[in-house]
Amino acid sequence: MPEGGLAIQTRGLTKVFGRQTVVNGIDLSVPRGSVFGFLGPNGSGKTTSIRMLLGLASATSGEITVLGQQMPKRAGTVLPRVGALIEGPGFYPFLSGTANLRRLDSADRFARTSTRTARVGEALERVGLTHAAGKKVRAYSLGMKQRLGIANALLTPRDLIVLDEPTNGLDPQGTREVRNLVRSLTAEGTTVFVSSHLLAEIEQMCTHAAVMRAGNLVAQGSLDELRQAGQSRVRVLTPDPGPARRVLAELGLAVEVDADGRETHPLDGESVTAPLDAGNWVDGPIDAGTRTDRPLDPERIVAALVAAGVRVRGFAVERASLEDLFVALTGEGFDVAQ
Amino acid sequence: MGSELAVLFRRRRTWVMLLALALIPVLVAVAVRISSAGSSGRGPAFIEQISQNGLFVALVALTICIPLFLPLTVGVVAGDTISGEANLGTLRYLLVSPVGRARLLLVKFVAAMAFCLAATVVIVLAGVLIGAALFPVGPVTLLSGDTIGSGEAALRALLIAGYVTVSLLGLTAIGLFISTLTDIPVGAMAATVVISIVSQVLDSLPQLSALHPWLFSHYWLDFADLLRQPIEWSSFGTNTLLQLAYLAVFGTLAYGRFASKDVLS
Ligand SMILES: Nc1ncnc2c1ncn2[C@@H]1O[C@H](COP(=O)(O)OP(=O)(O)O)[C@@H](O)[C@H]1O
Ligand SMILES: [Mg+2]
Repeated sequence: MPEGGLAIQTRGLTKVFGRQTVVNGIDLSVPRGSVFGFLGPNGSGKTTSIRMLLGLASATSGEITVLGQQMPKRAGTVLPRVGALIEGPGFYPFLSGTANLRRLDSADRFARTSTRTARVGEALERVGLTHAAGKKVRAYSLGMKQRLGIANALLTPRDLIVLDEPTNGLDPQGTREVRNLVRSLTAEGTTVFVSSHLLAEIEQMCTHAAVMRAGNLVAQGSLDELRQAGQSRVRVLTPDPGPARRVLAELGLAVEVDADGRETHPLDGESVTAPLDAGNWVDGPIDAGTRTDRPLDPERIVAALVAAGVRVRGFAVERASLEDLFVALTGEGFDVAQ
Repeated sequence: MGSELAVLFRRRRTWVMLLALALIPVLVAVAVRISSAGSSGRGPAFIEQISQNGLFVALVALTICIPLFLPLTVGVVAGDTISGEANLGTLRYLLVSPVGRARLLLVKFVAAMAFCLAATVVIVLAGVLIGAALFPVGPVTLLSGDTIGSGEAALRALLIAGYVTVSLLGLTAIGLFISTLTDIPVGAMAATVVISIVSQVLDSLPQLSALHPWLFSHYWLDFADLLRQPIEWSSFGTNTLLQLAYLAVFGTLAYGRFASKDVLS
C-alpha cells in the first residue's frame, strides 16, 4: 500500500431513493492517517454515504475505492481491515456485552479464534466497559451501547475506522473519551473517518473535514484549508461611519450594511465591515523588494482611511471561523435539510 | 455457524417454544390416562392404542403438532432469520464483519433446520418418555399388523423424526425468503405461519385435487407409512423431492432478493 495515498476515494458517488437524490455525485478524498470529519446537518446524507462505502447499500452511480480497492467488489478483502459504527450500535439484547462482541468477531473469518477472548477484553477495556462486560445488553444505557459499538470497531487492528456519529448519547465525559480514543488510534496509524452534525466535535479531533449539505459535498480539505476558504472581512471602528463607508467603497470593497450588528464601545463609534477576499492580498513576510503593491493590503486600507480624515479607532482583519463557514455552507438553525 | 446456533439456543424464546412442544405429548398422555379409566370404544385409532402401548403417545403428539404447533414455531424461527437481525440492527454489523450474504443465508437456513430437528426430536422424546411412564410398553403392533421389538421401534421413531424434519424444509425456505423482504420480524413470522395454514386448507379442498401433490404440506402426515412392514418408502421419497424443490425455489428467491438488497436497517 502506498504511504500517503487515500484511504477512501469516491468519484461521483450518488444515491437516489425513489425520486429523492440523497447523495449527489460526491467526490471524497480521505488521506491515509488523517482523522477525517464528515460534517453535515441531520439528513444531509452522511449515513447513506457510509452505507455505500461499506457495501451495505449499492450506489446508484459512481465509484468507490476503500484502502486502495474497489468497493463493493472487493468487500471480502477490504472489510476485515475496516472497523465501523454505523448509525448507532446494534446488539442482541439477550446476550452479554462480551457475548455480543464474540459473536461479531466470530463472524469475521480472518479474526483469530485463539486470541478472541483477549481481544474482546481489550476492546471492552479501551471503551471503559470492563465492569459491565457480563451484563446483558438489554440492561445497558444508550451511552453504554454506544461504547460497546465502538469496542466492536476496535476488535482487531484496523487500517480504517468509520464512526458514524460516535458521540450520540454520550455524556461530556464519554465525548472526551472518544476524542482521546480517536487520538490514540491515529497514533497507531489508523485512518479515522468520523461523521458528525456538530462542528465543535470535528474541530477538536479532526485534521481534515468535508461538509455535506442536502446530499452535496460543499467543502473538503484540511482544517487549515477550510479556514482559508472562509470569508475574511475588515472591520473599522470609527465615529465617522459615513466617510469610512465611502472610502472602502472607493477601494472596491462591498461594504456590508449592519453585517452583524455587533455592539461597540461608545468611544469607538460605529463598526463598519466589508468582506475581503484573501486572494487580494498576501500576508507573510513583507519584503519590500519583491512585493508588488496591492491596493487591498490591510495597511493600504488604513492609509486610505486616514488620508481621507476618517478617525480610525479600531481596525481588524477577521478570519472566518470554521463555525462561520459551516453556517454559511449549511444554513443556520435546526432545519433538517431536504 | 457455532455462533449462530449459540445465539439461537441461548435465547429464552427458543427454549420456551421447545418446552411448549414437549408439553403436548404430556398433555395427550395425561388426558388419555385420566379418561381411559372409563374407556369407550371411540376415538381415533392412534389414541385407542396409547393405553395398550405408551410409545404411541409420541405418534399422537406429532399428529397433533404437525398442522399448527410445529409450523407456528418454525414460522417464528424461520421468519426471524434475516428480519430479526435487521430489526436489532445487528445485520449491518454482521455484513461489515464481513459475512458474505450467501454465507449468512446458508448459516441462517441450517440453524433454522437445526431448530426443526430439535423440535421434532423433543416431541418424539417427550412422547416416548411420558408414554413409558404412564402406560405399558411392549412390542409395537404396526399398521400392517406385524409386530416389532422396542429396539426396532426406537429406530422407527427416529425415522419419523427425520421425516417430519425433512417435511419442514420447504416451510423453512419460504420463511427465510419472506424474512429477506422485511425488517419487521413479527410480519415475516406471521406471513410464514399463514402460508402454512393456507397450504393445508387448499390441501383439504377436494376441488383442488390437481394442486395437492404440489403443496408443501401435502405429505406432512404421511409419516405413518414408516410404520408398515416392510417400510413404505415411496412417500418418504416423494416428500423429500418436493421439499427439496421448494428449498431450491425459495432459496434462490431469497438469495436473489438478499444479495442485491440495500441494508438500510
Ligand atoms: N431507507 C430510506 N428510504 C428513503 N429515504 C431515506 C432512507 N434512508 C434515509 N433516507 C433519506 O436520506 C436522507 C439522508 O439520510 P441520512 O444519510 O441518514 O442522513 P444523515 O446521516 O446525514 O443524517 C434523508 O433525507 C432521509 O430522509
Ligand atoms: Mg446519520
